[in-house]
Amino acid sequence: MQGFRLHFVMLLRLSWRNLWRNHRRTYIMLGAISVGVWAMIFMTALMRGMVDDMLNQGIHNLPGHIQIQHPAFLDDPSVVNSIAEPEGELLAALNQPGVKRWATRIKVPAVIASERESRGINLLGVEAEAEADITGLPAQVSEGRFLESNQDQGVVIGAKLAQRLETRLGKRVVVMSQDPDNNISERGFRVVGIYRAEMPGLEEYNVYAARDTLQKLLRIEGRVSQIVIVDQDYRDIESLYRRIEKVTPSTLEIKPWYEIDNYLAAMFNMMDGFVLVWVIIIFLALSFGLVNTLVMAVFERVREIGLIQALGMRPRLIVYQILLESLLLLLIGLAIGNGLAIITVKPLESGLDISMVAEGMAMMGASSMLYPNLTLHDMLLANSVVIILGILTSILPAWRAAHLDPVRALNST
Amino acid sequence: MSAIHCHQLCKTFRQGDEIITGLDHVDISIEEGEFVCLSGPSGSGKTTLLNAIGGLDTPDSGEIRMGDIRIDQLERGPLADMRLHHIGFVFQAYNLIPVLTAQENVEFVMQVQGIPAAERSRKARDILREVGLEGMEDRRPAQLSGGQQQRVAVARAIVSHPDLVLADEPTANLDSVASTHLMGLFSELNENHKITFVIATHDKRVMSYARRLIKMQDGKIISDEAQ
Ligand SMILES: Nc1ncnc2c1ncn2[C@@H]1O[C@H](COP(=O)(O)OP(=O)(O)O)[C@@H](O)[C@H]1O
Ligand SMILES: [Mg+2]
Repeated sequence: MQGFRLHFVMLLRLSWRNLWRNHRRTYIMLGAISVGVWAMIFMTALMRGMVDDMLNQGIHNLPGHIQIQHPAFLDDPSVVNSIAEPEGELLAALNQPGVKRWATRIKVPAVIASERESRGINLLGVEAEAEADITGLPAQVSEGRFLESNQDQGVVIGAKLAQRLETRLGKRVVVMSQDPDNNISERGFRVVGIYRAEMPGLEEYNVYAARDTLQKLLRIEGRVSQIVIVDQDYRDIESLYRRIEKVTPSTLEIKPWYEIDNYLAAMFNMMDGFVLVWVIIIFLALSFGLVNTLVMAVFERVREIGLIQALGMRPRLIVYQILLESLLLLLIGLAIGNGLAIITVKPLESGLDISMVAEGMAMMGASSMLYPNLTLHDMLLANSVVIILGILTSILPAWRAAHLDPVRALNST
Repeated sequence: MSAIHCHQLCKTFRQGDEIITGLDHVDISIEEGEFVCLSGPSGSGKTTLLNAIGGLDTPDSGEIRMGDIRIDQLERGPLADMRLHHIGFVFQAYNLIPVLTAQENVEFVMQVQGIPAAERSRKARDILREVGLEGMEDRRPAQLSGGQQQRVAVARAIVSHPDLVLADEPTANLDSVASTHLMGLFSELNENHKITFVIATHDKRVMSYARRLIKMQDGKIISDEAQ
């Protein structure tokens, strides 16, 4: 151990001084590594921000991180497949502090009609004050207001639907659906709010009414379609999911968001892969420079390597010395690159307006503001890739240096 | 353990189609504490012999023993250890690691050996004083004259009391004052520390210091006499 420490100090001194022997080359390489690392992290933060936004949108549209419903409901979202409002153990679990928000909601197919037009829609009966956390809809209301209580008598419709129905704020519409006995139930609502969704398609279909009002209309007092739960962070819902699953009656079905929507799950799972591929691509570009730098550094000191071999330094220590030199170079480059990335991403985290290029993105569920997301996880990933692959690519030049023929090395000029 | 015995050493080099003789059936024994000069014209095989004894190069055939150890049969790692602990080298030029100071160059070998810092630093300072470089400990090789550089190399070669010092044309790049100084130093160290010296040279003045003079030609030993 003592011996190892001595060797390390010695190797560190040699490596550090050797690194600054050719300033120019070291600076150029540091510049390349810094910019490369910056690009890795900066672009990753942008991608992460964009994908996060899509996932958040997607989860808002499900909605929720965890859903509890009748086992047949996802296939047939009719009023027949409703469930009782939560009670007992399940209710207690939902009210525990770990849950950010939970709510019950009703979702049934319906027809909405104005004086001129009628359309098939998704009729949603929601708990008014929970909706901000669940779908974020209140923030999207562009005219009028959102529902104010669970007994609110109005409806909130999308701007697109208003246009199709040739109706507007303050006008009355009629909503028709079926009760569990297949009787038509219908009533008039006043349009109290109009919303604009990030995904225009939704504006035409989702119509929001108060939950209790719909229970009465559909004659399902005390029953709902779904229980929707929102955790603190959609990436980390496992423990909450398990806790709630344990107390969910076996007659009900409980699903996390990634099982409800495979597309979202795939996007989420692929993101780490994307980041890794991106980081590796940049690293590959850097690795040419790195290997070249090391090969040149070794080439310049062949005689010296012969000398330290003659003095009795084992080949292994020579390998370590060159790897350490490479590691120092990488660490300095990483420090600068990470610093640059933090300095450039932080000011952008409050949002980057990309509406000029965002027309097409909206279709994919992205908004016109991009919020770059610099995560520790991504920074660690980029840094580890650079260090691990950097060391791996340095092994060959280092090994070759250590296995030079000492006599030839000493005689080289 | 420092007596060296070479038996029927042969070494050839191939250069294109030509086969060049480096060593041609060399037999030689060097006892502990000897001060030997290898002389002979350029190309006579002096360097090849030193490299073989020091384990930098392996002979094609023959045996080299240092005490009980067959140097010609050791692997790279053990050979490096053997050089580290038992042999000091002084070459013609470029003996020092350019990024290290005189003091650090001398300490380098001790560092590889794993000697603690305080002891290392004391020994290095003492030996640099002994070779007449007091006050130059913190200079880099580029800031030292050729003679001073050679003395740092000598200091490094002997600082951890090796059994054997192999010096290959150590005075070739020195003026006569520096050469005389260096040879004086060698014979002093040989007497004071009982270190065996084998010095390859074709410099007459250097040979005059030797107590045993071996002459080589075409890879063969042509004379071997005490003087
Ligand atoms: N690596 C080598 N490749 C080819 N020939 C070599 C090599 N090393 C030495 N020789 C040849 O071997 C012979 C002995 O060389 P050397 O031992 O260097 O002689 P000296 O040190 O006495 O001048 C010379 O003819 C030299 O050209
Ligand atoms: Mg020679």
